[in-house]
Amino acid sequence: MSMALSPEQRQFKEATARFFSEVSPPAAVRAFMSGETGHDGPVWRRLAQELGLTGIHIPESLGGAGFGSVELGIACEAMGRTLYTGPFLSSSIMAGCAILRLGNDDAKARYLPGIASGEMVGALLLDSLESESAWGSGLKADEMQRLHGDIPIALGTQEATVVFALASSREGLALYRVLDATSKLAIDTRSALDPTRRIYRVQLDATPAERIGLCDRKAVNEFFNDLCIALAHEQIGGASALFDSTVEYTKVRFQFGRPIGSFQALKHRCADLLLELELAKSATYEAASILSRGEDGSEMASMAKAMASDVYMSVARAAIQLRGGIGFTWEDDTHLWFKRAKSSEMLFGSPNYHRERMMKCVEDAA
Amino acid sequence: MTPEAIRQEVLAFLETQFDPGLSLIEWRNRLVEGGWAAPHWPEAWFGRGFSVEQTRVVSEVFAEKQAVLAASIGPRGLAAETILAHGTDDQKARYLRPILTGEHAWCQLFSEPGSGSDLAGLSTKAERDGDHWMINGQKVWNTSAHHADFGILLARTDFDVPKHQGLSYFLIDMRQPGVEVRPLKQMNGHASFNEVFMTDARVPVIDLLGGEGQGWAVAATTLSYERQGFRRRHGQTAGQKGEGRLYEEYRQEVAIANEPYTWYPQREGRPDLVLKRARETGAIQDPVIRQEIAKLHALTKANELARVRADADRRSGSNEVIPAGSIGKLAASVIARQSAHVHTLISGANAMLSGEDSPEAGVVAETLISVPAISIAGGTDEIQKNIIAERVLGMPKDVRTDTGPFREIKRNG
Repeated sequence: MSMALSPEQRQFKEATARFFSEVSPPAAVRAFMSGETGHDGPVWRRLAQELGLTGIHIPESLGGAGFGSVELGIACEAMGRTLYTGPFLSSSIMAGCAILRLGNDDAKARYLPGIASGEMVGALLLDSLESESAWGSGLKADEMQRLHGDIPIALGTQEATVVFALASSREGLALYRVLDATSKLAIDTRSALDPTRRIYRVQLDATPAERIGLCDRKAVNEFFNDLCIALAHEQIGGASALFDSTVEYTKVRFQFGRPIGSFQALKHRCADLLLELELAKSATYEAASILSRGEDGSEMASMAKAMASDVYMSVARAAIQLRGGIGFTWEDDTHLWFKRAKSSEMLFGSPNYHRERMMKCVEDAA
Repeated sequence: MTPEAIRQEVLAFLETQFDPGLSLIEWRNRLVEGGWAAPHWPEAWFGRGFSVEQTRVVSEVFAEKQAVLAASIGPRGLAAETILAHGTDDQKARYLRPILTGEHAWCQLFSEPGSGSDLAGLSTKAERDGDHWMINGQKVWNTSAHHADFGILLARTDFDVPKHQGLSYFLIDMRQPGVEVRPLKQMNGHASFNEVFMTDARVPVIDLLGGEGQGWAVAATTLSYERQGFRRRHGQTAGQKGEGRLYEEYRQEVAIANEPYTWYPQREGRPDLVLKRARETGAIQDPVIRQEIAKLHALTKANELARVRADADRRSGSNEVIPAGSIGKLAASVIARQSAHVHTLISGANAMLSGEDSPEAGVVAETLISVPAISIAGGTDEIQKNIIAERVLGMPKDVRTDTGPFREIKRNG
């Protein structure tokens, strides 16, 4: 069962929260939205060097900080609160966890120190961002280890210095490193609903690659759990920050001669959201805690992802509704969280998908 | 005293004094004499001034030896703690001991038909008449009032001051002509509560608890123990299987005390039956129902985790987590409703049946018509949400229209 954070973990939580509120205020998020590059180099270097976040979950022997899923979750939550736009999810989580779970020892030694130090920025091509069971159906490796496929939605590819891919081969699903990408990897920027998260289309046509790991089903499942738990933390971070700002708004906005937060209609909606948020947090923290104990995390990972997705959208809808007209304007920042909530809801599996995945675990256990 | 010293002393006491051949009241008199009836109470009043942990040691030894504890279940426990906190020496001397021995049963006379969520707006009237108070009014939702000897009563002694200031707290004899108790039948067919009508009922002035006009402060003590579910299950674990007069009388006492609560598991929605029913009926194959079961499972599990997290947080002293109690009651309502919804989906048209004709010999049907109670009893969800919004989230208080003299406040009837 989930326990309270240790004093060290609490300190770490405060430090990360402080750091991201400093480096990722709404102005920085908006600069990213209108900017050309995918990430802010100086901030990324501070994140890597001052806080060691880029390798927080990577073993010390491989250049990381050697912490577990709880600390990783704390970092993701802090980034989610401020809508941090750097390539953490695509590099440290997607590429980093893929190599940790699915890469061979040589690949770990070659790539993880770079990802941990932040000097290497990784990205991972997945042919489905909806379901781990579909992986390998759209991206295939031929006998000469060349990759073929069309990835309609890819994250972090443009920003990456090294691109990895999960593709099916004759021996089954395998992890690849895409070799010298320039000529055979077509990357197009797509129009994203959530401007805080860039989306690319990547087409591979006999793109040369090197196989760096063969995947068994269990490891694939664990990797998918990593993605879901990390994203769930990001989601509850965003939901918490947006909920806090919304409650504060109801205290200072006056209509009918009184703060609108004195009306029961708003109080009840906020109390309902607090309940939903606390339950989602409890599930999400437990999911990280289970991983750090080495237990099978599929049920809790899916529960966390489903609940965090739902509550982020609930909070985002209320955040706009409770602000009234101002909440619907471009100038107000609320829509930035709303859009992040919407894109996160569908990333790595919808709430319905995860409820079904969780149900299978419940049936197996009973 | 150390836990081991307590243990040895209790063991020695039980060794010489406990005898299943005694009557329940005889045994509990020995308990009181020996000082083991209420170890957490002060030494001056039947206790030993024990801490919660020390008291737990006593209970553990009693449970181990299958020894019956002092009477504590039901409203009598609320009465005892309130009298202990606010009573005169005379009141403590007259009332505490028969509560501990089980000779006197008590009921709680707070809510009224015109005063539900707004308890301080109650209008039962208490007027001074020589050396008595004359009581007129009606109470409702009174568990066990039909076999209570006494009641803890909240009534209005002053209609010309703001509502909280005009209340007084009385200890009323239920066995008198001016008090009439009628069972109150609920929508699920059970009658777990009563209505109590008081017509010129009399309370001696020596049975005003706390000062005149102090009723709200005294009631706060009762309500805080009620919220803690004070010793609700305490004393019901021991002696369920023992033989002898003592155990028989004890089992009868427990059965009477528990009788109003037989449907309480159903008002929580019976999520424990969901998976079994879904399998038996084949509804588990239905993808839409699976989604609803999964939602229920997630709510139930996350709620348990929230409680564990809040407890761990409190123990660590960090107090970053929202206290589980404040959202736990709302969570229970959400879970119960979702569970009833799932049971309905699983049952299909059989949800139209009840009693022996229906799934699980009526348990599912009883669940469907008992769940509405969970979001009302012990404080409605709406009041709970106001409390969360104002105390946890710091949202501004609503505009009040009931701050003037009680007589001028608009009210029912």
